[in-house]
Amino acid sequence: MANIDINEVKHVALLSKLEFQEEEIARFTKQIDDIITMVEHLDEVDTKGVPVTTHGLEVASVMRKDIATPGMDRDELFKNVKTQQDGLIKVPAMIDNGEAGA
Amino acid sequence: MTVLDHTLEELHHLLVNKETTAEAIMKAVYARIAETEDKIGSFITLTKEEALEKARAMDVAGIDPLDILSGLPIGIKDNIVTKGTLTTAASKMLEDFIPVYDATVMEKVTDAGMISVGKLNMDEFAMGGSTETSAYKITRNPWDLAKVPGGSSGGSAAAVAAGQVPMTLGTDTGGSIRQPAAFTGIVGMKPTYGRVSRFGLIAFASSLDQIGPLTRTVKDNALVLNAISGYDEKDSMSYNEATPDFTAGIEAGVKGMKIGVPKEYLQEGLEAGVREAVLKAIETFKELGAIVEEVSLPHSKYGVPAYYIIASSEASSNLQRFDGIRYGYRSPDAKTLEDVYVKSRSEGFGMEVKRRIMLGTFSLSSGFYDAHFKKAGQTRTLIRRDFEKVFEGYDLILGPTTTTTAFNIGGQVHDPVAMYLSDILTVPVNLAGVPAISIPAGFSNGLPVGLQLIAKHFDEKTIYQAAYAFEQATDFHKEKPNL
Repeated sequence: MANIDINEVKHVALLSKLEFQEEEIARFTKQIDDIITMVEHLDEVDTKGVPVTTHGLEVASVMRKDIATPGMDRDELFKNVKTQQDGLIKVPAMIDNGEAGA
Repeated sequence: MTVLDHTLEELHHLLVNKETTAEAIMKAVYARIAETEDKIGSFITLTKEEALEKARAMDVAGIDPLDILSGLPIGIKDNIVTKGTLTTAASKMLEDFIPVYDATVMEKVTDAGMISVGKLNMDEFAMGGSTETSAYKITRNPWDLAKVPGGSSGGSAAAVAAGQVPMTLGTDTGGSIRQPAAFTGIVGMKPTYGRVSRFGLIAFASSLDQIGPLTRTVKDNALVLNAISGYDEKDSMSYNEATPDFTAGIEAGVKGMKIGVPKEYLQEGLEAGVREAVLKAIETFKELGAIVEEVSLPHSKYGVPAYYIIASSEASSNLQRFDGIRYGYRSPDAKTLEDVYVKSRSEGFGMEVKRRIMLGTFSLSSGFYDAHFKKAGQTRTLIRRDFEKVFEGYDLILGPTTTTTAFNIGGQVHDPVAMYLSDILTVPVNLAGVPAISIPAGFSNGLPVGLQLIAKHFDEKTIYQAAYAFEQATDFHKEKPNL
């Protein structure tokens, strides 16, 4: 048991911009606890002084020439936009003033 | 015997000698799909009219004898973006997403003259090992329709195994090409990280993802990898050196080759028939003149926990882009901007994807970062060093691809930990960034067993050379499922 708390899971859901039903939160808490319990086997590994690997390949920063090239056509890019107006993406109000609508 | 029973080289010769046409091959592909797709369910989207049109145009233009893959059909995993063709990554989040550009591999596929047949089913956002987390359909194993085809490239594997299409592209983040190749008795290659451009691959875990080919034979596989490899300015982690011809010297054999078998890969928990097939393969390699010895990859057992922290952390970050604004699913109930984010993501993502996002966000959150993410990154270094140490004395590492053969549909999907632990033999390869293949090595209880061959970074040639020698010495790749 990794003792993951239901409130921790709710907090992580908030950070993840996900919402769950109460029973889903309970199930997730149990599953994440099981997964973290598995992950805690890593505690046995002696990693003193071992550097962290974060890349699939050791590559130094890659630079390219800063040459202007045509970008993608805006009408093309807007093909997958759900709601638009005057060439802009339309979204609900950021602050709810009671008149918000998608 | 249909035209589809040929290797890619044979198909090419039939085309060049005008014994068949690209259109006839394409028609045979769709006839086979019509005959088997109800049972298998490999595809999310088929692009029949477009494919036939391209095939006819190819016949009119004539097949270039030097373009060996020209006019031949290929299937594409649905997390690779295809301009003008629906690309869903098997998620409701992208149920109506029509990309406005091609992935670099699609440009290469087109340049080589290959013709896309359609988009293949997979686990949602490539998260899973059974293709059961797809929002659209279940794909069945051609060898036994009650079994999974593996995942996440389950559609890519099942389509080749069922003879629907001679080659497909898949992606492998923790085993997603090799495990389904093993479960369906075909050849699947996860190239070295950086060998194939990831531009236009819908990202799951950017430091682990690689695109690779699934085919029926080893040489077919090498031919496809030849076509899709190479540096790409749009993927700064792609390898900026010339790509060798992976078929050159493929027939050189394994005499004198040094092959290490990690004792950790043959430990308990292995299905008896899988162990038996691998031990037999070792004997075959010895008979062919290879020197096979026991070696150790001592940190292997920590691969799965390290992998799930790293992959989920990267996924939680990569999947932040799905916010319901510029493309993808938007909840009809969203009243405020915050609603657009939260409701669109909550309704658009399936449970396994949400579980990984939650796990990743948890691992990266304050208070857990050092204990989980950093520790996993350090363990990753130790796993990579294990491989480097073995490769100082050996050309290849050999072992099973999976601990069992294909499991029942519905068998593991409800127990995430059991599902994750089944990746134990494949994830260390992704963490180290090295290349590995799965090739057919026999059967256990009537289901295919996969043999995994791993090489050092950018040494796919040695893998193909050994895999080809094994294939020539055995008949497993000639076995076909009864459909």
